[in-house]
Amino acid sequence: MSELLLEIRNLAVQFFTYQGTVRALEGVSLRVGRGEILGLVGETGCGKSVLARSVLRLIADPPGRITDGEILFKGRDLLKLSRREMRRIRGNEISMIFQEPMSSLNPVFTVGNQMQEVVALHQAVGRDEARRICVDMLRQVKMPDPDQVLAKYPHELSGGMRQRVMIAMELSCRPDLLLADEPTTALDVTVQAQVLSILEGITRRQGVAVLFISHDLGVIAQLCDRVAVMYAGGIVETAPAAAIFAGPRHPYTQGLLQAIPRIDDGKEALMVIPGTVPSLIDPPRGCRFHPRCGHRFQPCDREPPPFYEPSPGHRVACHLHAGEDQRRSWNRS
Amino acid sequence: MLDEFRRQYAWQIREFFFTVKLLRRNPSAVAGFVIITVMVAMAIMAPVLAPFNPIQISLSERLSPPGGTHWFGTDELGRDIFTRVMYGARISLWIGVLVVGIAGGLGAVIGAVSGYLGHRVDNLIMRVMDVVLSFPPLVLAMALAAALGPSLNNAILAVAFVMIPKFARMVRGEALAVKEKQFIAAARASGAGSFWIVWHHVLPNCFSSVIVLGTLILGETILIAASLSFIGLGTQPPTPEWGAMISVGRKFLMDQWWYATFPGLFILVTVIGFNIFGDALRDVLDPRIRR
Repeated sequence: MSELLLEIRNLAVQFFTYQGTVRALEGVSLRVGRGEILGLVGETGCGKSVLARSVLRLIADPPGRITDGEILFKGRDLLKLSRREMRRIRGNEISMIFQEPMSSLNPVFTVGNQMQEVVALHQAVGRDEARRICVDMLRQVKMPDPDQVLAKYPHELSGGMRQRVMIAMELSCRPDLLLADEPTTALDVTVQAQVLSILEGITRRQGVAVLFISHDLGVIAQLCDRVAVMYAGGIVETAPAAAIFAGPRHPYTQGLLQAIPRIDDGKEALMVIPGTVPSLIDPPRGCRFHPRCGHRFQPCDREPPPFYEPSPGHRVACHLHAGEDQRRSWNRS
Repeated sequence: MLDEFRRQYAWQIREFFFTVKLLRRNPSAVAGFVIITVMVAMAIMAPVLAPFNPIQISLSERLSPPGGTHWFGTDELGRDIFTRVMYGARISLWIGVLVVGIAGGLGAVIGAVSGYLGHRVDNLIMRVMDVVLSFPPLVLAMALAAALGPSLNNAILAVAFVMIPKFARMVRGEALAVKEKQFIAAARASGAGSFWIVWHHVLPNCFSSVIVLGTLILGETILIAASLSFIGLGTQPPTPEWGAMISVGRKFLMDQWWYATFPGLFILVTVIGFNIFGDALRDVLDPRIRR
């Protein structure tokens, strides 16, 4: 991994609802290097979006609150910054694009108006200069006829075009980190491929690190340098992308990969992980995955697993990878 | 110079003409616009067009019915009602526009801030608004106007104050819906502050409903202002004003129907004109349902 850009340490986020306290994230640690594209996978409701929003401190309070941990960005703890300092970071050093390109743009203003606003918010430039930056950014996301697009209202653009506008807008201030929360999920597969290649091209060229959230393993495999797998509010495995697809270590990751239907193996039935995602109000004790895990043994329902590093850069939170001494002590008990 | 202006505001100009084109295709917009234009023209041109002096008393002609000389008849002091209605348009329209402008502007800002910030701020602001709303508007306006002293300007301020909560409430509701939209989250993620978001994202999205509510309130405003005039807290006699004329004319309604009817008719037509035009304007200005 290159120079460290973002380091999340032991992050915990809770939502206080009438049904009880939802422990949405617990003990999440994550590192993103400069210029790196990190994929964050996990099923719906496992806390991927909450994690991304926490980085920008966009968790609505109430009901949510970051209850523990540190988010170090370029060595500064974002959780300790004042609101004002935080605002200067948002959009300027860390940007975010969202899942729904349909509603990410304000319907009552033209695209140009909104893009120039963002530019003007962070850079001391005149109207003409702001416009020039916007046109340039739109050209970089391969938008045909940028001048025309600037004069259009969001509803006049297609989903793919809107998402490209969002990418252009969020990268216009040259941030160091882009949080992409399922940016292509709402798009057609063909448009998805196009938007992904544009996103990859522009971020690699500008050296922007990306935290790319998706539940689509295919997309992750194509795009990312490293992958972090999340389950029920925690990270269970992080590894270089190639390693995770070649040899997943955590039973959950293995299940995920097996659940991808393959056209060439001729099986009729779809592989599934048995059981359902646990409630985060009352999560399982020990390893949160243990009720659904086919490999569970003595310690799983008692101790939350620490991270083991079976090979360099490959970290996995599962007791199966404990050392011999540790295993022997469990066997005795 | 002109060319440069054209180039710099190319899309605004294009949008404006497009809006006009859409409005012209909309029959109720045209009707509303014609009514408003006629009323405004009448107000402006009153000194030129009016056949008589609005405050000229002529006791020999008192309460004469509509006819060749006095188209709308005369009042109890023999003043020509047609002339007074024309002059009255000046005052009534001025009151309506000013009150809606003040109340709509302040109310929208208060409502948007309240709805967007939510929680404690929202509670505080909305409870204050509830207090204002809990008074009958006329009574509160009366009390305020009396406290400020009887004059047209004070009456306008009083009525505007009473109308603020109506706008604030509606805009707050709109703001609650708007703030859940993703572009608000996107704006926050881009580093926009709360007031920036209220000003640039929440208010513009509520604008169309403010226009529509404004056209409705305009009618009510004219009526309340009229009532204030009636009890001597608004327009001072002998200044002609529609509402004041109705209020006085009420006494003669059984025998001299024309006294209250004509100013009433003008209030009705004006309010309808603003209403249907506002409605059409909303349809046309909203990019989501445009064209």
